[in-house]
Amino acid sequence: MAVRQQYGKPPDGLDQHVVDTEAADVRGADHPPRDFPPYVGSRLRHPRRPPFPVRDPEAVELRGPVFGATDVGPLDHDLTAHHRGEPLGERVTVSGRIVDSGGRPVAGQLTEIWQANAAGRYAHQLDRHRAPLDPHFTGFGRCLTDADGRYSFTTVKPGAYPWQNHENAWRPAHIHFSLFGTAFAQRLITQMYFPGDPLLEYDPIFLSVPDEAARSRLVAAYDPRLSVPDWSLGYRWDIVLGGTSATTFEEGER
Amino acid sequence: MNQPTPSQTIGPFYGHALPFAGGEAMAPPGHPDTLTLHGHVYDGDGEPVPDALLEFWQPGPDGSRTGEPGSLGRNGVDFTGFGRVPTDASGHWTLRTLAPGGVPYLCVAVFARGLLHHLFTRVYLSEAPDPLLDSLEPELRRTLMAVADPAVRAHRFDIHLQGPKETVFLAFR
Repeated sequence: MAVRQQYGKPPDGLDQHVVDTEAADVRGADHPPRDFPPYVGSRLRHPRRPPFPVRDPEAVELRGPVFGATDVGPLDHDLTAHHRGEPLGERVTVSGRIVDSGGRPVAGQLTEIWQANAAGRYAHQLDRHRAPLDPHFTGFGRCLTDADGRYSFTTVKPGAYPWQNHENAWRPAHIHFSLFGTAFAQRLITQMYFPGDPLLEYDPIFLSVPDEAARSRLVAAYDPRLSVPDWSLGYRWDIVLGGTSATTFEEGER
Repeated sequence: MNQPTPSQTIGPFYGHALPFAGGEAMAPPGHPDTLTLHGHVYDGDGEPVPDALLEFWQPGPDGSRTGEPGSLGRNGVDFTGFGRVPTDASGHWTLRTLAPGGVPYLCVAVFARGLLHHLFTRVYLSEAPDPLLDSLEPELRRTLMAVADPAVRAHRFDIHLQGPKETVFLAFR
């Protein structure tokens, strides 16, 4: 689809071929298409025009917000420690490393997670799934990555839950992740899944990622080195923030 | 080259997690130059979207692009450059900030149930010469312009995810 037809003249410094190639790139296979009819909720919520390509070394989006000690509390990374009692469920340690497309660690940045409880119920007033709430589990955590880009959370494995997309639609167990890089253009919200989950091959949200190898990057690995003896099961999930930052722009990476 | 981790939707149930007190209060309380921005988010049927989350990033009034920590626990003095606002039950949002220095726009990210990959756009506060604005046809340029709303002493910026008034969304290359 020619961007020229959609937008009129191309931006300064780009010829039509570059613009068309980049517009096709934007619709590449690493991320889900925004128009994905099997996910019913997408039908009225995706733009029909492709995103307009911006290549501007002065764009404010090549920098991003920073976070620090006052943004995160000492227990925020332990979702099992937010109430007086222990939550029900299988205790897990989820850790990994966040890097940019060039492999540089994303240091000192905010990582947020949220999830359903072990029974598959969110502590959200609009979640009407008939599974019990857990008075000892809210299901929200935060941390800052360390100098090497590492994050770590202690939580319980979330349960699967039904949703209204189609008959017998069940979401596979997942933890939502919200991630910041060094640039606003690297912002990412995504979901981590658990290995071996039989629901994955039926889930339109997971399957919205067209490329199988890209989909597999959403699935954590069981890692006995991360398990804490007599305490928790360890899962490793490493994250790559694509998107352009001031650094990747200067180095011409994609 | 490391291949990126794919995006997935924010879903409907982030409300107990991501919004934080003061997320919309980017301007220090009582700052005389406080600018109020507000609007609705609409879907392709023109219906309001009550479960969107908007994020804003901008330079400080002095043009600084380094940001400051402390958005999640604002100290009443620093301008962090970052704001986060969920839409309410009528699809409406309000942000209080200071005008950015050096550029005429704020950067916006839009997240919502139904959006498998978030959207970037910009709110322009004035029609200053600008590489992006200059490359858009007038009817598309209009989708990025905040309009003065003197009745409530604010600027209004509506986001249309789809349809004839569809907002221009951006990809950074």
